[in-house]
This record gives sequence, C-alpha cells and structure tokens, in this order.
Amino acid sequence: MSKIAKSFENGKAFIPFITCGDPDLETTAKVVRAAAENGADLIELGIPFSDPTAEGPVIQGANIRALAGGVTTDKIFDLVHELRRDVKIPIVFMTYSNVVFSYGAERFMSKCKETEIDGIILPDLPFEEKEEFSDTARKYGIDIISLIAPTSENRISMIAKEAEGFIYIVSSLGVTGLRNEITTNIGDIVRVIHENSKVPCAVGFGISKPEQAKKMASVSDGAIVGSAIIKIIEKYGRDAAPYVGEYVKSMKEAVLSAG
Amino acid sequence: MSQSKGRFGVHGGQYIPETLMNAVIELEDAYNRYKDDPEFKRELTDLLNNYAGRPSLLYYAEKLTRELGGAKIYLKREDLNHTGSHKINNVLGQALLAKKMGKTRLIAETGAGQHGVATATAAALLDMECVVFMGEEDTKRQALNVYRMKLLGADVVPVKSGTATLKDAVSEAMREWTSRIDDTHYCLGSVMGPHPFPTIVRDFQAVISSESREQLLKKEGRLPDAVIACVGGGSNAIGSFYHYIQDSSVRLIGCEAAGRGIDTFETAATVNTGRIGIFHGMKSYFCQDEYGQIAPVYSISAGLDYPGVGPEHAHLHDIGRAEYVPVTDDEAVNAFEYLSRTEGIIPAIESAHAIAYAMKLAPTMDKDKIIIVTVSGRGDKDCAAIARYRGEDIYE
Repeated sequence: MSKIAKSFENGKAFIPFITCGDPDLETTAKVVRAAAENGADLIELGIPFSDPTAEGPVIQGANIRALAGGVTTDKIFDLVHELRRDVKIPIVFMTYSNVVFSYGAERFMSKCKETEIDGIILPDLPFEEKEEFSDTARKYGIDIISLIAPTSENRISMIAKEAEGFIYIVSSLGVTGLRNEITTNIGDIVRVIHENSKVPCAVGFGISKPEQAKKMASVSDGAIVGSAIIKIIEKYGRDAAPYVGEYVKSMKEAVLSAG
Repeated sequence: MSQSKGRFGVHGGQYIPETLMNAVIELEDAYNRYKDDPEFKRELTDLLNNYAGRPSLLYYAEKLTRELGGAKIYLKREDLNHTGSHKINNVLGQALLAKKMGKTRLIAETGAGQHGVATATAAALLDMECVVFMGEEDTKRQALNVYRMKLLGADVVPVKSGTATLKDAVSEAMREWTSRIDDTHYCLGSVMGPHPFPTIVRDFQAVISSESREQLLKKEGRLPDAVIACVGGGSNAIGSFYHYIQDSSVRLIGCEAAGRGIDTFETAATVNTGRIGIFHGMKSYFCQDEYGQIAPVYSISAGLDYPGVGPEHAHLHDIGRAEYVPVTDDEAVNAFEYLSRTEGIIPAIESAHAIAYAMKLAPTMDKDKIIIVTVSGRGDKDCAAIARYRGEDIYE
C-alpha cells in the first residue's frame, strides 16, 4: 500500500504546492515545515522548469525566480533529505518530463527513494506516455500520480484503473491559477473514478479560498492549492513561512468541515 | 494499456497535459477520415492551385550555377506562394480540416511572422476567428508582419514570458488551447509538437518534394544529387525531403541556424548542439542545460530561433539518412545579399541559411551533379533587419 494513502486518513486532505527555491531553498524549507505543522496532509514540491507549459502566470513567476536563484535538481534532493529529518508526511514532486528524463529516470527515481519522496506528478506525461518512467518508478516504489481533466470524459475509467497514490483532478480547463468560479461537475468525474479505482482523489487548479476548498473537498477526497500559496510567498518573501502556516491551517479547517 | 503513438524511431509521442488528449485524438481521427477523402482533396488542391499559386516554380539558377562553378542549382520557389512562404501549404490544409471538424477559431504561434500571416490569411478566407501568439521580441523584429496579421483581421498577442521568442509563443498557444478547445483548432506551424501534428504538417508540406521530383524529372530526366533546406522546427525541410527519403542516392541536407557559431551560447543549432529531451509535446533533440532546463537560443532569423527540432528530423539524423549542418548569421546574411545580386531573388533570411550551404557545397561537386535548394520564403520582411546588421538604419 502506498504511503500516500495515509494523507487521506485525517479527514479530507489538504495539499499545498510549493515551488522549491522561490525565493531561496532556506525559505522553502521553512514554508514546508510551517505547512506540515499546520495540518498539510501531503506536500507537493515543485522542481522548477524553464518552460512550464501547464502553469499560469503566478507559478511561471515562481519558476523563473527559483531558477534565477540557481536552484537545481541536485540541490532540491539535498533540501528534501534535510527536510526528512523531521517532516514525516508524504511528499510528492511536481515537475515536467524533461527534468526527470534529463537527470536520467533511473538516477532520479533512486534519489527519490533515498530521500523518501512518495510520488511524482508530471503534467506533460499523459496515460499514453507513462511507460516512459513507470517501470523505473515502480522499481523504486515511487507512485506516478495520474491527472484527470474536465475533458477526459471517456478516458476517466482507463486512467483510474491504473492509478496509484492519488488521482489529481484538474478542476477547470486551462492552466494553473486563481479562479473565481469552478464550473466543472467534479461530482460526476469522482463517481466514475470511484467505480474504477480505490485510490483517493483530490481536486486542484483554481482553488484559493476556504469556501472553494470546502466545496471541492465535499465532492472529492481533498483539495490542492498552488498559486494562492505562491502569491503569499511572492508577497512576504523570506518571511513567508508563518503566513503560509496560517493559510494552510484555515484551509485544512475548511476541508475538514466538508466532512 | 494504451500505446504511445506518432513515433519516429525513439522520437515523437504525445507529451501533453491530459486536458488536451481528447483534442489531439479528435484531430487524429478527423485527419484520418479526411486525408484520403476525394472531396477534401479536391477542395485543398483547388485552394493550393487557385489561391496559393501552386505548383511553385522549380527555377534553374543559371547565373548562380555559373558563378559557383560546380553542381547545377535549382531553386524550389516557395517564396512565390501567396503570403510569401511555404507556410501557406500547411495552413490551408489544417484550416480546411478544422472547418470540417466544426471549429470556428484558429490559434497559432509564429516566429518570423510567416506562419502567423498564413494562418490569418486562411482564417480571413474561410471566415474563421484567428489569434496569433508571437514573442514580444519577434513583434519588434518583424513589425511589418504584425501589421499584416492585424490587417487580415487577426488578433496578435505579444508573449512576454521566457525569452519572448518562438518557443514562448508555442508555450502560450498551448496554454491557450488548454483553456479553449471546443471551438478552437491549434494550427501548429511546424513538424513539431505532439502527434499527430508532425505527421499532418509533413503531409501538407510534402507537396514541395512531390512537385520538385516531377518537375526535375521533366527537365533533367533524373533525380537530384542533393536537396538542401533550412531547419527550424523543420517543416519546409521535411516537405522538401519527403519524396526523396526512399532514394538513397539523394543527399538530404538540413541547415540549422548556428547564430554566432556552434561553439558559442548564441546559437539555435539543435541537432548540432542539443541533447535528446522531452518538450512541447515531443521527444526530440533540444538545446538544454545539464538539468534539462531549455536553453535560450539565438539566431538572426526569428523563424529558426527555436531550441528544438521536429521528431522526424531527429530520427533522420539518428539513422544517418539526412545531414544537419550549422550555418552562421554571417554566412546567411552574405547569402541573402549574394542571391539578391546574382539572381534578383531576395530570399527570407531563414532560406538564406540553405543558400549559404549550397554556396559551399556546389563548388565541391561536378558540373553534371544537381542540387535543389528550397527558397522557403521571400525576404522583404528581413530587409530592415539586414540593413541594421550592416550598420544602416532604414525607415519603413
């Protein structure tokens, strides 16, 4: 059984996303600890990529700032190694296929195992291409997290049947970023997922406010928030940790109130 | 278990967000349905011949041949097409296909502006909405093309992210497509991106070599010894090569933009300086750093200023069927001026990369050998930039 399942044992899950190295790795470490201490059930750590085609302007900005600060995949593995001394909740990486491919899938996945990374989300690796990394990931016990989108329709059951760790439901069309309203019928998607898989599912893209998180958690197993957290980090810079902690606490309370 | 599709050797595939998967599957199905449909073929041929001006000339460049003193040089004149480049071949095909699919809106990326202008043109003709994404840097380098697109009724969105050039325009067009799929077709301009684009675009551009083969057989009764074309993403090159790939006696030579040289960081010569990677929906060669971060690339030519290359070219390189050679800014500018003076043909600065290599190769070949060089576009758009390169400011 994947360790990620534990993230969904404390009521509905809250999953924050943090870009590593924005504005520097020391801040990332503080922000991750603040999130973990304030109720985050799983942490999604972004390894920055020069051309993040699935991201909106907010996370694009974080990627640029992090890379400009000299962050590399190796430095991020060092960061996770250090975090693992006290951060025990599951952690997954979010990055792009070329970051893994270029590092070497074997080397990348073995480093993930070494640093107790539990899974990886690659938004440019759809079902049809997952064999690029799946054998290697399986060998080291790393879950490749599947994404399901509002346009997936007839593909949902196929994806759900082979899903591992958790399923990331993309709430809306388009790229990551804040949205005033989410119009996709998530409940319908979740029903098909649950008919085909025992893996929990969480909703991301466009969630920033506690009410939205509560609403999404009420129809799924949890909520994922990225851009709203990156905005806090952008605003407070190296002093962001307590503000992120406070935000995570309010969001965890919101998802818990969804039942 | 579903299998990866659209492979050229190890290259190609569909490395895109799940949100777009059904869109590319729908596109592939539609393409397979229409590509051999007699009515579709008739409509497309009619547009190509009676609107775009095909077939394009295969012109014997006698003066150029004489001056270089070696192989006979023929120029495949894609610069004479409506809108001034080979881009219209692909755009008319895709726009017609999109129309059949019930799409009402075309989006496109553009570097030099040639593909943007072609897309805006097809959209005007076929009554479709059109939005073109163009790196902000390129909107400055190619201001005239920006005006042309607007004149044709398109919206031009300057892209400020990243290096504000072609790769960022592609990224932004992909982002836009993810947000609006129902009524929108992404009219990709080169043989790149996720399957089925590299195949669709190649098929629509293959008209170049299907014509040149027939034309040369008629004029010379034989096949060429070499075919030379410039390569950014590689659409005019694959179109120029395609019908010769099975003929092993024909050398296929793609000319990459070396910028200030392949030993500098200011280059866009992907096959010569890049490594295999995964980006913009495909596995292929990319200019990148040791951690897989895509490198900023540079070329005087906005149309070749791209850090990747189409997956079929990557494969032709791997199996040794085609050669990919670097051509610097300086060599290209010299060729731009040389062809203008000797033949009275002003080539696009992109195409001038192919001319530059022909100028090196022809003198090394016997006089009974034949080279076809594709002049992929006309150079009016580049005059101001070349003048600046030579230290002269001109006002349009």
